[in-house]
Amino acid sequence: MKSNRDTVSFTFNGKPLTGYRGEPIAAALLAAGIRTLRKHEESGNPRGLYCAIGHCMECRLSVQGKGIVRSCLTPLEDGMTVLEGQQLANEITGRKLP
Amino acid sequence: MKPKLQQTDLIIVGAGPAGLSAATAAADNGLSVTVIDEFPEPGGRMLGQFHEEQGHWWVGKRIADELIEKNRAQGVSIRCGVSVYGMLKVDQLWEVSTSHGTWTAPRVLLATGAAEIPMPTCGWTLPGVMSIGAAQVMTNVHYVKPGKRGLIIGVNVLAMAIARELSVSGVMLAGIVLPPGGPLAGKAALPRNNLQVLMGLSHLAPSPILRFGGKIAYALGMAGIVSSLFPRRGIKLWDIPLKLRTAAVSINGTDRVESVTLADVNAKGEIIAGSEREEAVDFVALAGGLYPLAELASVAGCPFIYTPELGGHLPLHSERMQTPVEGLYVAGNITGVESALVAMAQGQLAAASICSDAGVLGEDGDRKVVEAIGEVQRVRASALIQFHPGIPEARRKIYRMWQQTYEAGV
Ligand SMILES: Cc1cc2nc3c(=O)[nH]c(=O)nc-3n(C[C@H](O)[C@H](O)[C@H](O)COP(=O)(O)OP(=O)(O)OC[C@H]3O[C@@H](n4cnc5c(N)ncnc54)[C@H](O)[C@@H]3O)c2cc1C
Ligand code: FES
Repeated sequence: MKSNRDTVSFTFNGKPLTGYRGEPIAAALLAAGIRTLRKHEESGNPRGLYCAIGHCMECRLSVQGKGIVRSCLTPLEDGMTVLEGQQLANEITGRKLP
Repeated sequence: MKPKLQQTDLIIVGAGPAGLSAATAAADNGLSVTVIDEFPEPGGRMLGQFHEEQGHWWVGKRIADELIEKNRAQGVSIRCGVSVYGMLKVDQLWEVSTSHGTWTAPRVLLATGAAEIPMPTCGWTLPGVMSIGAAQVMTNVHYVKPGKRGLIIGVNVLAMAIARELSVSGVMLAGIVLPPGGPLAGKAALPRNNLQVLMGLSHLAPSPILRFGGKIAYALGMAGIVSSLFPRRGIKLWDIPLKLRTAAVSINGTDRVESVTLADVNAKGEIIAGSEREEAVDFVALAGGLYPLAELASVAGCPFIYTPELGGHLPLHSERMQTPVEGLYVAGNITGVESALVAMAQGQLAAASICSDAGVLGEDGDRKVVEAIGEVQRVRASALIQFHPGIPEARRKIYRMWQQTYEAGV
């Protein structure tokens, strides 16, 4: 068992949360009841973790100072500022959605 | 800026059972070894596995801890949180590009394991839908439940093993159902095919209870009209309803999973009109099966072969775990989907091969490799979990193909 784990503070989209040091950000967010990690770049639809082991890239979000990371592989650190993956302006993706 | 080069005798990509077993065996023979893995901790998929075997629990995490301890004592460098994305041979040395700089070595062992086959289903992009392996990793490795109540879609050995783990860990499951029929699901949506899968598992099953599930399937199969006899309500496997006459039509919700629409299916896997109903769940685990994770072998220039019994496309390799590319070796699930114990034996075999090719075993080289081959065969024959039928035959075919193309001096 992972006993004696330190509790650390972080923010997600500005909301203060706590989790265990070293657990993946996606696990800390799920434990806090947060499933949406990202808005699809083009459609803006909500997306969450899918594989939890770094294969699918569905869990991308941004961490201040690190850029865009896979949150299922990135260990939580004290004081992290985490933002959900953002929808891009339509001009960037280059496609008109219905 | 020129990247910093870090050189060792052997680079192993993947700190799962195959990679860690190979690392300690190679270090034992005096090679300097670096193991690279992108997961935050070593152990690979073994970290989340536990099975009941002959009255006791086989706990992967414990085996992983022992292997890690051995490696540390031998001075093997295990670098976690590092992703490998490129490989290039320059002047007899492999340059391995990673998220944290470049490593070089004359020999590289790829032990990258397996990945899950995606199972596209209506609504599968909703947060709360995940692969069955993700539910396992969240629950058993990170100790976070994937949700309050879930549904598993897809019947295969991984789904059954993980369903058992989830129920032991106190995660509520509404049941295990079939994927919706259609070109993407193929045979996986046919009730009869799934009964055959279960029957095939019965004598290999990891626990007496899975074996019991196989017996039920077998009894029903003996009755002749296989799937129409399967009770519509399903049967209970542990406390989980296994419903082989029910398919998931769609996963529903606005910004997270709220329910799944289920329907009864006939023996051909077709929806019976009017039988649709909603099952309230907050997570869904999709079980599409496993395939060898082998992109790096392709990047390194290794030819591939297609072997369905072993999970699909895999790098061509010899029984000694060599590939046709000089200095490139493979071990574990990258060579075909099998259990962690087989992966460990393959890791030791690859290490024997590598040490023999590196000339550090002297005259003993060949004997050690042959011994290690025998050990892989022994472990394979006694494996309690087999992902597909016909693995030993498929293996023999590959090694024959290797002998015909490479050892014949073509
Ligand atoms: C999700 C999942 C669940 C499974 N559950 C079971 C189970 O319950 N029972 C069972 O018997 N078998 C299970 N298996 C099968 C499993 O693959 C084997 O049991 C065994 O773990 C294979 O060992 P391995 O060493 O070949 O690979 P793995 O244990 O998968 O280890 C491979 C390692 O390589 C690393 N890696 C891969 N690519 C890179 C890269 N480019 N850069 C850096 N690191 C990389 C990965 O992070 C991983 O840690 C499961 C497989 C998966 C994918
Ligand atoms: S959930 Fe698949 S990469 Fe993170």
